[in-house]
Amino acid sequence: MSNADSGKLKEIAFNIRKEVLKSLHQAQSGHLGGSLGLADIFTVLYFHFLNHKPKNPSWPERDRLILSIGHVVPVQYASLALAGYFPKEELYTLRKLGSRLQGHPGKSHGLPGIELSSGSLGQGLSIAVGMAIAAKADKKAHRIVSIHGDGELQEGSIWEAAMSASHYKLDNIIAIVDRNHKQIDGDTKSVMQIEPLTDKWKAFGWNVLMCDGNSIEDIIITLQNADKCKDKPSVVIAETKMSKGIKEIEDNHQWHGKVPGDDEIEKFIHALTK
Amino acid sequence: MKKFEYTEKKDTRSGFGDGLYELGKKNPDVVALCADLTGSLKMNAFANEFPERFIQSGIAEANMMGAAAGMTIGGKIPFAGTFAGFATGRVYDQIRQSIAYSNKNVKICASHAGITLGEDGATHQIMEDIGLMKMLPNMTVINPCDYNQTKAATKAIADYMGPVYLRFGRPAIPVFTPADQKFEIGKAVQLTEGSDLTIFATGHLVWESILACQVLEKKGISVELINIHTIKPLDKNAVLQSVAKTKAVVTAEEHMMNGGLGDSIAQLLALENPTPVEMVAVDDTFGESGTPAQLMEKYGVDSKSVVAAAERVLKRK
Ligand SMILES: [Mg+2]
Repeated sequence: MSNADSGKLKEIAFNIRKEVLKSLHQAQSGHLGGSLGLADIFTVLYFHFLNHKPKNPSWPERDRLILSIGHVVPVQYASLALAGYFPKEELYTLRKLGSRLQGHPGKSHGLPGIELSSGSLGQGLSIAVGMAIAAKADKKAHRIVSIHGDGELQEGSIWEAAMSASHYKLDNIIAIVDRNHKQIDGDTKSVMQIEPLTDKWKAFGWNVLMCDGNSIEDIIITLQNADKCKDKPSVVIAETKMSKGIKEIEDNHQWHGKVPGDDEIEKFIHALTK
Repeated sequence: MKKFEYTEKKDTRSGFGDGLYELGKKNPDVVALCADLTGSLKMNAFANEFPERFIQSGIAEANMMGAAAGMTIGGKIPFAGTFAGFATGRVYDQIRQSIAYSNKNVKICASHAGITLGEDGATHQIMEDIGLMKMLPNMTVINPCDYNQTKAATKAIADYMGPVYLRFGRPAIPVFTPADQKFEIGKAVQLTEGSDLTIFATGHLVWESILACQVLEKKGISVELINIHTIKPLDKNAVLQSVAKTKAVVTAEEHMMNGGLGDSIAQLLALENPTPVEMVAVDDTFGESGTPAQLMEKYGVDSKSVVAAAERVLKRK
């Protein structure tokens, strides 16, 4: 891709981060760290990789995005709004009574672009498996991308889904693991070790790719490579930094479930770089 | 009517955390497990002071419940903590077979129960947990009403041999029960004496019912308020004795109408002494994001709903 294209995507990632900050600031509850860390991946997905139609969210041929870690949905809301699924102003109703922007995605609240309710961890990969089996049965070419946390991989149900995805040769699935090495109680390696992660996925029959999840260029190349793999599901282990974009709070697990205060919001927005 | 006063508001989950810490100092058999929510469940004091008795389970609740059951064999008393949704629905079969059917001495400690979890929304607002747990043979189900009672209950269940589901919540609410109370499993606590109707309340709805009683008193209605902190086993004598006098019942809880305290009371009364009952509970719907106060009002589980239910039931007397 050209430098101009990648510059455009970086600008979008900047705007997504800004909207994540603003919407969580008005909500005064929610999860900032993971939402910021995933902004580059969501930029590439919604503005480069996925086939989708913001004005026709239920277009049958669309690629499916499954957010298994519902708590980082502010980054998906911001991406959907900037892509044109709904007006940007609606972002500032996040977590308010009656809003379509629930604290964790709620399918029945009618927000366009949300495929299912999520928030309880470990369930999204099974949904992806079901969608992928159905797509193959119907001879459809659309792809299923699911987003997971690294802490989430501690749930046993993830590995039930992983086993079935390779058993059924679901090469229409790309699972992305947000490998920020953090979870609520601290570092994943001290809470519950998930390494050797590459070997685990390989042992379960997956095509495993690594990437810098905060590099637009690297995310694009990695997803293209994942797309080429046949007869196996692919998993992208994306190394990211929690709270990426704001140096002061980057890589600090205490920002998993925190939001900017009135005294921080201007400073944080100002700290974002394009 | 008796006056109820409070000097501070505290979350019931802190009552659990503080009770667990005291238990840790007193009883070397007490161990604690948590699924990556140590801070949310206020288990840090225990984890820091007794690291060799604290088992970080990661985000893997099914394994945590099974491991807790395993630890009981040989005499440990495991307190396994996570959010109420993950402590019940997510691991129901592990609890059913390895804890309830095996009658293992596991204390399932469930925080952020009900709609007052607030802004996180419906995925995390479980209101079916009491029903799920009370249906299991051998399971004791406890839902204390404030910080002091939760702390007392946490300590009391360590001395009881058998599976217990202990339910508590997220928001800071008035602390109005005595700090030195003795917690008796299965023993209802009468808060006010009255003659026109009985309100049976549990958990966060006990304070809401106190507020309702104050309103009803001004309207000249005499209410007997009973705190049912133990939903199972239900204090049948306390219920039947009060109802024999008042002949009208309101139940109040932060739970679905299906499966909650209300249907335990209604079942008892249908069998023993058919009586008009009105239920303050969530009526077969999932919650949503909002502040605890907004949600309690919208879903009909606040003091206003208790007053309205009392007025309805009196018309049916
Ligand atoms: Mg993580």
